[in-house]
Amino acid sequence: MKILVPIKRVVDYNVKVKVNREETGVDLTNVKMAINPFCEIALEEAIRLKEKGIASEVVTVSIGPQVCQEQLRTGLALGADRAILIESEQAPDALSIAKLLRQVVENEQPGLVILGKQAIDSDNNQTGQMLAALLGWPQGTFASKLEVKDNEAWVTREVDGGLQTLALTLPAIVTTDLRLNEPRYASLPNIMKAKRKPIDVIAVADLGIAVNSNVQTIKVTPPAKREAGIKVASVAELVEKLKNEAKVIG
Amino acid sequence: MNVLIYAEHEHGQLKGETAKLLSAAERFAGESHVLVAGDNCQAVAEQVAHLAGVSKVLVAEHSCYAHQLAEPVSQLIEQLASDYDVILAASTTTGKNLLPRVAALLDVNQISDVIEIQTADTFVRPFYAGNAIATVKSLDSKKVLTIRTAAFDSVLNTGQAEIVSLDKVFENGQSRFIDETQTKSARPELTAADVIISGGRGMQSGENFVLLEGIADKLGAAIGASRAAVDAGFVPNDLQVGQTGKIVAPNLYIAVGISGAIQHLAGMKDSKIIVAINKDEDAPIFQVADYGLVGDLFEILPQLEAQL
Ligand SMILES: Cc1cc2nc3c(=O)[nH]c(=O)nc-3n(C[C@H](O)[C@H](O)[C@H](O)COP(=O)(O)OP(=O)(O)OC[C@H]3O[C@@H](n4cnc5c(N)ncnc54)[C@H](O)[C@@H]3O)c2cc1C
Ligand SMILES: Nc1ncnc2c1ncn2[C@@H]1O[C@H](COP(=O)(O)O)[C@@H](O)[C@H]1O
Repeated sequence: MKILVPIKRVVDYNVKVKVNREETGVDLTNVKMAINPFCEIALEEAIRLKEKGIASEVVTVSIGPQVCQEQLRTGLALGADRAILIESEQAPDALSIAKLLRQVVENEQPGLVILGKQAIDSDNNQTGQMLAALLGWPQGTFASKLEVKDNEAWVTREVDGGLQTLALTLPAIVTTDLRLNEPRYASLPNIMKAKRKPIDVIAVADLGIAVNSNVQTIKVTPPAKREAGIKVASVAELVEKLKNEAKVIG
Repeated sequence: MNVLIYAEHEHGQLKGETAKLLSAAERFAGESHVLVAGDNCQAVAEQVAHLAGVSKVLVAEHSCYAHQLAEPVSQLIEQLASDYDVILAASTTTGKNLLPRVAALLDVNQISDVIEIQTADTFVRPFYAGNAIATVKSLDSKKVLTIRTAAFDSVLNTGQAEIVSLDKVFENGQSRFIDETQTKSARPELTAADVIISGGRGMQSGENFVLLEGIADKLGAAIGASRAAVDAGFVPNDLQVGQTGKIVAPNLYIAVGISGAIQHLAGMKDSKIIVAINKDEDAPIFQVADYGLVGDLFEILPQLEAQL
């Protein structure tokens, strides 16, 4: 079985982004970029399935500008067998991303697609679900455990009330939550080896899929700033303030 | 513009989000219909019918909708969608699982985590873990939105809507429910609580969360946690507050032994009053706290419980 792992290039999770002066977006000049953490978890899970002999090949794909090759190269160093870049200078909307991925799935015929549950830049949390709908496949979102047995994927999902386990008939879509696994670091020899692994670059135009941007950003503003408050000296003072100043306890 | 709202329920009880989705729906100035799908959900339909602003409750009762799995429910909504311009669900794990699937079936985008509806096609949503707030305009023919319910008030219980049964069935041969472990708690739900007390890695163990329990009892509070506390196995995953956990905005949020990472702040910085208890006076949590108390939580918590 082949596994496909879509990965997104995003701002490193440690960076506290700032809205630009024009209020059109966030300032990304000289900001550290990385693989979206949830995608790293997706890749790790796929690689583990290959190490267990369940998967035969792990293919990773990214949609974005030329520079996304950096993240694909990291993916190869982590253990993906090959990579595909769907090159697009403009950012397509989420539905278009899902349609491009559907095309990749149709070309590659994987048995399982593992995505991150959420990109930490857009905070969309929707691509996996959309891809599942477009393909007519079952979905196991927010996975904290994944087992492949017979022709099924058993997915334990993190839901608001606790945990839910579903059995999905393959082929299926899985999206990862943080507790699914702890991604490895790429070793130096693997980083060297990755340099020889192939990255296929395909221009969006060559896929023959109409790409839209039907969600237009009109304005981006910083969040309301919270003024730092005061430090209190004792528990007694804290209780007094909560009662009489903030009036949030009786 | 007519709105279809997806209602979440559990064990015959309607969840609180629907009342908030109804006040979001008012912004579209049309009829609001609420869909209740499930195995056995007549009682839920009646609860919905009493909410102000509902003009019709649509009930789809069939074993194929048990556990509200995304595959059959999204097909059901796709079938109903031609009558609606707007489809709303809450930004809960259920809503997030379902609505993008619905949107893709309808060949439109879905907009996540809406906190403000400015006009019928212009919406406000946070992204980058709440470090930026975007105003976006949707050019799609239908608006499919998940709503961050903390940003909306609940409508009152003054309605009396008609209940209509649907007989649509979508058999689901693709996904099977195996089991569910529900965290049992007599405390209020995190997203609905007025007061929340959360513990972080500084709590050191799951046992030490009893120190928070006593205080939570006195304040009628829900208990939350940072991801580090969940990862360390102190508490179950559904207590996680943050960018990738639950987004909360109570009147009072007490953060204990939590450093205040961007991802945690994303989930709680809209709380009305924030209290931070931390032994490190430079911890970033103090930058958002109204009242900070620097010290050892193991000394402070028993005193706090005693003085409340
Ligand atoms: C993609 C991604 C998503 C994430 N999503 C979330 C999320 O949704 N929610 C979330 O919370 N995190 C999330 N995180 C993790 C986040 O980055 C932090 O690692 C986490 O919030 C830290 O938890 P903490 O504050 O409990 O632990 P720490 O950062 O280790 O802080 C512990 C604090 O306890 C204090 N302390 C220790 N002992 C005592 C004592 N005896 N008395 C008083 N104070 C004490 C210390 O001074 C310290 O400030 C995410 C990370 C990633 C990469
Ligand atoms: N441009 C992209 N290229 C590759 N994968 C993507 C892209 N955008 C989103 N994804 C995948 O979809 C997941 C969820 O992203 P989102 O729905 O945008 O929050 C990510 O973790 C990736 O696995």
